[in-house]
Amino acid sequence: MKQKYKVRIGCGAGFSGDRLEPAVILAEKGDLDYLVLECLAERTIALAQKRKATDPTQGYDPLLERRIESLLPLLKKNKIRLITNMGAANPVAAADKIIGIAKKMGISIKVAAVTGDDVLVHIRGDEIAMETGNPISWSGQLVSANAYLGADAILPALQTGADIIITGRVADPSLFVAPLVHAFGWSLDDADMIAKGTVIGHLMECAGQITGGYFADPITKPVENMSTLGHPFADVYPDGRAMIGKIDGTGGTITLATAKEQLLYEVTNPYQYMTPDVSADFTTVYLEQNGKDRIAVTGGGGSKKPSTLKVSIGYKAGFTGEGEITYAGANALERARLAGETIQQRLNTQFPGLRVDYIGHTSVHPHSLANNYKPYEVRLRVTGKAATADEAAIIGQEVEALYTNGPAGGGGVRKYLNEIIGIVSILIDRNKTTSSVIVKSYEHQTL
Amino acid sequence: MSTKLYNIAHSRAGDKGNTLILSLIPYDEKNYELLCKLVTVDKVKEHFKEIIHGPIVRYELPNISALQFVCQQALAGGVTTSLVMDTHGKTLSYALLEMCIELPGG
Repeated sequence: MKQKYKVRIGCGAGFSGDRLEPAVILAEKGDLDYLVLECLAERTIALAQKRKATDPTQGYDPLLERRIESLLPLLKKNKIRLITNMGAANPVAAADKIIGIAKKMGISIKVAAVTGDDVLVHIRGDEIAMETGNPISWSGQLVSANAYLGADAILPALQTGADIIITGRVADPSLFVAPLVHAFGWSLDDADMIAKGTVIGHLMECAGQITGGYFADPITKPVENMSTLGHPFADVYPDGRAMIGKIDGTGGTITLATAKEQLLYEVTNPYQYMTPDVSADFTTVYLEQNGKDRIAVTGGGGSKKPSTLKVSIGYKAGFTGEGEITYAGANALERARLAGETIQQRLNTQFPGLRVDYIGHTSVHPHSLANNYKPYEVRLRVTGKAATADEAAIIGQEVEALYTNGPAGGGGVRKYLNEIIGIVSILIDRNKTTSSVIVKSYEHQTL
Repeated sequence: MSTKLYNIAHSRAGDKGNTLILSLIPYDEKNYELLCKLVTVDKVKEHFKEIIHGPIVRYELPNISALQFVCQQALAGGVTTSLVMDTHGKTLSYALLEMCIELPGG
């Protein structure tokens, strides 16, 4: 294969619920070689497994159809290859769905689904959870077990020449490392190059988080045109250097500050950022502003990939019930407190872990930071766990009953009921997973 | 002179299970050494004593003039099963920025 001088990868989505149009703008105007959509959070896949269990043709990302419909003609026209983990719990069904969409739109397409992350059949239950130190079966009924696959699992899919590569659970940076390895012929054992690719992937994977979106603060970090926030692309060179930018005319900003925030995001050890591909050292990465909305990324190195893979285990953790009510005006906080204490007295025995929050006062930050602050409005929130949905619903009902039973002036009650899927993690020997690629094609016949 | 970290630095919070990760990045790279000196692990531990119940590790990244605090047992059990409002601890970046420090030279 002819080695490329430069590869341009865009990231059009940074989580399952992300906006649709930034990816379309990237595909339309970005002059991309690859477009990545990262749509799979830790718990998303367990919820998708539940959908697959009730219908074997489901279990992929709920927004797959809308995203693919908006992108397919542009991918084809501009010869962009799409790499996405929207397959969630069912990459093969997702591939079938994409073929169906292509047929409807009259576009020839080749889709490669990557499977092998689902390792539930290998799980015995006595594996020790990293979070609790106890056997995973103690947590509850297990519903899913997905290993984080790496670039080595995505690479064979790229080698099929498919237009769209759809995966389930893979490490987010691997979605970017795989096309770089494919384009530049890097060795998967070249830890320094794979680490450089991983740094680029990590900077890109949250899309709008590096283009000023989640960064913005109107007082200290003002960002222009947030409503048309652009998503990033990276120009990557064969030696692992990269330039991160965004499409001219889109909102947002890319600066040293936005890049630094993203480089450190969710990193528990900057000396050893572990993925299935490498252990990357972020302490040798250098960032430099290189014109408006352009950041040059250099440096970065790594050491050998781990012999184990992380597996996310989903388990049934019962239900939560929740109720909210607002108090405003004179002594709003005192009345909210009286309401909270009233509910606690009524429910404490039935719901031992019952939690009472005062939204607008101390619901997210510690009490010590809210000293002497007298809010004009307070929203009382009461939440607790139960084994059944019926029991959990009692919490919302009790909050609603504050309407007539007081205290005075409560309004705007909302009740919520949710099933909880908990997540614990284990490590498994990477040789225990076998990934494979399933190719589906549609050839459009013109009459 | 006393000032909130908010006035000289920015931060983003991240989560991994029950671990909270907070970056601290000075707007002016000249203030990196000052933050290294003043925003110690003990200071962060005291500031978050109601929230962080495990050990805190501080990483220094002179390559990008930033600090990273990795705080264990900080998210009420972790995103998936906790009853707290902000299960990811995403708002806690701004809790860190509420910390007051004494700037040298009065």
